[in-house]
Amino acid sequence: MRFDVVFKNFDYFLWGAFPEGPLGGLAMTIILAAVSIFLAFWVGLGFGLMRNSKKPWLRYPAMVYVELVRGTPLLLLIFWFYFLAPVIVGYSVPELQTTVVALVVFTGAYIAEIVRAGIMALPKGQMEAARGTGLSHFQAMRYVILPQSLRNMIPSFVNQFVSLTKDTSLASTIGVLELTRCAEQVSNRTLNAPMEIYVTILIMYFVICYCLTSYSRRLEKQLSRYQARDR
Amino acid sequence: MNWGAPLARPSKETEPALNYQFDWQLVLSGEYAQWLTDGVLVTLEISAVSLLLSLLLGTIVAVMRMTRFKPLEWLGLAYTEFFRNTPLLVQIYFWYFGSSQVLPDVINKWLYAHDFEFAAGVISLTVYTSAFIAEEIRSGIFSIPKNQLEASRAIGLSFIQAYRYVILPQAFRIIIPPLISQALNLIKNSSLVMVIGVMDIFYMAKQIESYSFHGFEAFTVATLIYLSISLVVSLCINLYDKHYLRQISY
Repeated sequence: MRFDVVFKNFDYFLWGAFPEGPLGGLAMTIILAAVSIFLAFWVGLGFGLMRNSKKPWLRYPAMVYVELVRGTPLLLLIFWFYFLAPVIVGYSVPELQTTVVALVVFTGAYIAEIVRAGIMALPKGQMEAARGTGLSHFQAMRYVILPQSLRNMIPSFVNQFVSLTKDTSLASTIGVLELTRCAEQVSNRTLNAPMEIYVTILIMYFVICYCLTSYSRRLEKQLSRYQARDR
Repeated sequence: MNWGAPLARPSKETEPALNYQFDWQLVLSGEYAQWLTDGVLVTLEISAVSLLLSLLLGTIVAVMRMTRFKPLEWLGLAYTEFFRNTPLLVQIYFWYFGSSQVLPDVINKWLYAHDFEFAAGVISLTVYTSAFIAEEIRSGIFSIPKNQLEASRAIGLSFIQAYRYVILPQAFRIIIPPLISQALNLIKNSSLVMVIGVMDIFYMAKQIESYSFHGFEAFTVATLIYLSISLVVSLCINLYDKHYLRQISY
């Protein structure tokens, strides 16, 4: 067991070469995940609402987007953006931005499904009653449906955030300096302790993701008390 | 079209039109088409092997978590929680680069002599997927009313017999849709094994890209193959939901 290699490089795993060099490691993983989930939430909310819409010109594009993205592996999506982006915008886009776009597009599709299911899970009477009090469809959505259903979706969002945190490891394949990439670098540099390094990385991911998972489980229990139910 | 080195930002006058020549014949016939076919076969092979193994392992872990024997229960819990909450990519690296330190030399030599990439890919996919499958199976078993187990114990079946002949056959019918979607995830996740050099479809697409600079065609074909697999599978789930799941009710 050569865990001294891990101890010597532990600060590199945590924030890369930060004060002197670029930020990396676990800090980069968390930033990547947080930025992506924030953007993906709005993308997913939009497409989820579109998917629930009665108008076919809104519903079908959203359906195509969700099915396309959910049918493609994330790695393939990342490589698509990595190759396509320079052609579309005409100059090379840094890996970090490419990854964020790919993660947002990917997670957005899953969040759209969560939003759709969350809105459908709400009893129909809520919408009818809101429309009955004279609110427009948009107002009913904004003030009655979404506040309730979004709160019920929070555990699913947290779960999605967990998978997103795990998915950021794929960014290492195109060279973003996050936790997995840092581990690869240290492993390639030292050569004699790959097992210790990867075990440490697995545990670091596990600590973050497990805290989030148990948080979402607790939330689920708390929230289930306040849910509007069908009679 | 410059693929490797970063492109310089073009000035406004010399804005390059998309001067990329599409050549679909290149990837749809000849040697490259053969590569892609081989890649599809490897993807299907590694997915099938991993799926079978992870169904087996997942069932074992799920039953471990259902027993009243505390150490087994904790072991099952630790297994599912750990492997569900860590990235598959790092797990692949761990099995591929790290396992040689733990395993005895004889096994290492044997593995290196055979297809070690494939074996490491199968192990990591199996371990990762089985943790998810174990959870699906457990929730499926929980959805079977408890008196089913009590009744089957009362007519004289042993605990294992009760599970084997009464609980599991019913539970599997309920969890078939989530299991199929796990299988779908497995097929998509199998694209990750290309990082350790298993020549699956994605690896082949990258290979074609670096040989011929026709990455667009190769990636399009790879994407379409993944898409058609997943669309067919999700169609199957919907059909199953419509025709069979309605019949089960307690």
